[in-house]
Amino acid sequence: MDFRLSSEQQALADSVASFCARDYDFEHRRLSLANEGGFSPDNWQLFAELGWLGAGLGEDAGGYGGGAVENAIILEAFGRALVVEPFLACAVLALQTLAALPKCDVRDQLIADIVSGEKLAVLAHNEFEARGDVELVGMTAFQDNGQWRLNGTKQLVLGAPAADWLIVSARAGPDVGLFLVAPSTAGVELVPYRTLDNMRAADIHFAEAPVHAVLALPGAALPAIRLGYAHAMTAMCAEAVGAMDAAILLARDYLKTRQQFGTPLAGFQALQHRMADMLVEAEMSRSIVFQGLASLTDSEPERQKAIAAMKIVVSSAAMFVGRNAVQLHGGIGMTEEHPVGHYYKRLFVIAGLFGGEAFHLSRLASIGTGFW
Amino acid sequence: MDFTISAADMAFREEVRSFIEAELPTDIARRGQHDYHSARDDVRRWMQILNRKGWSAPHWPAHLGGTDWSPLRKYIFQDELRRARAPVLDRCALDLLGPVLCAFGSQDQQTRFLPPILNGDVWWAQGFSEPNSGSDLASLRTRAELKGDHYLVNGQKTWTSEAHYADWIFALVRTDPAAKPQAGISFLLIDIRTPGVTVRPIWSIDEGHTLNEVFFEDVVVPAENLVGTAGMGWTYAKFLLTHERTTSAVVSHTKRDVDQVRHLASSLSDGGGKLVDNPAFGAKLARLQADVIALEWAVMRVLHAADDDPSANTVASLLKLRGSELSERAALLAAEALGDYGLCALPDPEGHHILHRDGLAAPLHDDEAIGVTARAMFRRATTIYGGTSEIQRTIIAKSNLGL
Ligand SMILES: Cc1cc2nc3c(=O)[nH]c(=O)nc-3n(C[C@H](O)[C@H](O)[C@H](O)COP(=O)(O)OP(=O)(O)OC[C@H]3O[C@@H](n4cnc5c(N)ncnc54)[C@H](O)[C@@H]3O)c2cc1C
Repeated sequence: MDFRLSSEQQALADSVASFCARDYDFEHRRLSLANEGGFSPDNWQLFAELGWLGAGLGEDAGGYGGGAVENAIILEAFGRALVVEPFLACAVLALQTLAALPKCDVRDQLIADIVSGEKLAVLAHNEFEARGDVELVGMTAFQDNGQWRLNGTKQLVLGAPAADWLIVSARAGPDVGLFLVAPSTAGVELVPYRTLDNMRAADIHFAEAPVHAVLALPGAALPAIRLGYAHAMTAMCAEAVGAMDAAILLARDYLKTRQQFGTPLAGFQALQHRMADMLVEAEMSRSIVFQGLASLTDSEPERQKAIAAMKIVVSSAAMFVGRNAVQLHGGIGMTEEHPVGHYYKRLFVIAGLFGGEAFHLSRLASIGTGFW
Repeated sequence: MDFTISAADMAFREEVRSFIEAELPTDIARRGQHDYHSARDDVRRWMQILNRKGWSAPHWPAHLGGTDWSPLRKYIFQDELRRARAPVLDRCALDLLGPVLCAFGSQDQQTRFLPPILNGDVWWAQGFSEPNSGSDLASLRTRAELKGDHYLVNGQKTWTSEAHYADWIFALVRTDPAAKPQAGISFLLIDIRTPGVTVRPIWSIDEGHTLNEVFFEDVVVPAENLVGTAGMGWTYAKFLLTHERTTSAVVSHTKRDVDQVRHLASSLSDGGGKLVDNPAFGAKLARLQADVIALEWAVMRVLHAADDDPSANTVASLLKLRGSELSERAALLAAEALGDYGLCALPDPEGHHILHRDGLAAPLHDDEAIGVTARAMFRRATTIYGGTSEIQRTIIAKSNLGL
């Protein structure tokens, strides 16, 4: 094993870190959020120019030759800065799902358009009842004079309000397919909203909505969706690690400067121990994210086990670190004004996204033994 | 030992329950379900209804507008209010200031200030914390100088809950800068509309507004607004924080939250079945429930103990610590039960003080879901306000274990 970054990966990490340091302090973030769509289109173009949108994709698939590690590098840095642009939704979840599909013109063009920043596409797969179960698809697809049409509802589709394309999963009989739909199509209704972390998502209702193109015929979609989700969950857990790191540093610095009882809070052992526990949680999370990354080339059910274990550890660590970072700040930690609460809210959302601790505990328990 | 609740007390519970059922206006009850900070008008209407019955402040002495109910009955009363999701009353006035005025206020102060509290006409805020004096409250610096018949107040309070609703604020102020920190503090009643008082909102992570900063600039306060003796403010404040030994457990609130989680988990789907049947979620809920049962029995021990019972004192001292933890845990579990929508269930769009009115509230498919996650965010503060958990643990270790 070798946990060091290659020189290209180090250069990527440096470039993302310097962007975040220079152009993404808390004020910049506020400005990004104030845009109509809740993020900055200029930043998105910059991500494209810097090659980040295709950094996690092999050259054969239309990317720049990287893989999941590159996405983890980017999102860890984004987690530190609480970047709100829909990188996870578009450049990881949608793109990795597409990349896992067999080549075809529509797919190849879409990948090229995403990587170049030309188009923003998201995967509309999630339904409320799934609660993290990637296999669950209630939406239906049917053919009408050779035209595929969709019926049903997708929920909490991350990044959807800004999307040019929706990649929608739906079932024809028992078989799940993937369909490309333009959000402006008749029969598609988008209900956009903010999530707690101030990012944007939407519920999308389809009423006999015509599809623009078929990306995967019914029966051929689930393996790609599973892999797309595994990539997204790993990248998101890397983001959580970045956010935990940042929250820990904020709390540490606060304890050093805040005085009560005539002395800096940092001198109280109860607080030192708490910070030590937070660091343990963050480092266990970082460690199990490596396991997640390693599992992405495994087949099922090994990969499923690895991803469930990762999500369990990271969800609970995210809550522990986020809650305590606020706690150590006292009243000021409860304010909308102070960054620490925003770290907590992002960590809270990550803990619940793609299935919370309960779902993945049940999943891991039911997959059974054979771990080591 | 006898673990039964008497028939008379059971009948009392029924009486309270039917009173609330008959009298709590349905529109108020509906809003009470969603908004964990009740709107002032709702509270005032409800207080007036309670006051007509003489039930605004059962825990005050009977001759000052309270009742002579047993501690258990006072508890049952609160428990029924929560069960019915009645508005949360002005805690600052009823639970904090009221008992202090009853115990240490002059007769004039009692006749002037207590009746309007009972009728919900005058609202109070608690002005203790300052930017540099939180856990170390005794270091507070807001100055009150005696100038003949009045005090001149200068300084700043912060984290002042509901000060934007309040008519008055009871503040800890430093009247004697030369004395030892605790000995120089006095307890002063200040009309919040006096010239020189400025209230500024602080938005919190639940995207709601309950917190405020309060600034005092050359504020003239009549000397008769001093409670008790100058320099005794710290003693009164300690009395106030420990007077109600069981309310800080907020067990009735948490019981209702557990009911809500159960409702959500039984009605919301999880894959093929219901969430409550998910073994991991079910185990979490069961564990929470067990902890809440233990907490309620701890409260029962305190309610039934003699004042000088040392074991009851021990239990009483840890009710806030455990109660606040369970309160947050219950709110978080309710948000978790909502699944995806728990990640975006922001304040009630019809609520009074919300940060964003951009129409980007998530569509929620269960009326019970509104406000749930906002509440979970606000409850992050339960282990911070009213003495942080770290400070509680220090007190428990010192006073109960002699460490
Ligand atoms: C929602 C909310 C409502 C509030 N309402 C009111 C109100 O109406 N009126 C009012 O007067 N105040 C109110 N407060 C203020 C509250 O009482 C203070 O926030 C609290 O006392 C903590 O003080 P602080 O915020 O200054 O934190 P600090 O005292 O600075 O504490 C920061 C962290 O250090 C820890 N710490 C401090 N000292 C020690 C120590 N000796 N050992 C170990 N750990 C320590 C704390 O536990 C905390 O984790 C409210 C606060 C909140 C969040």
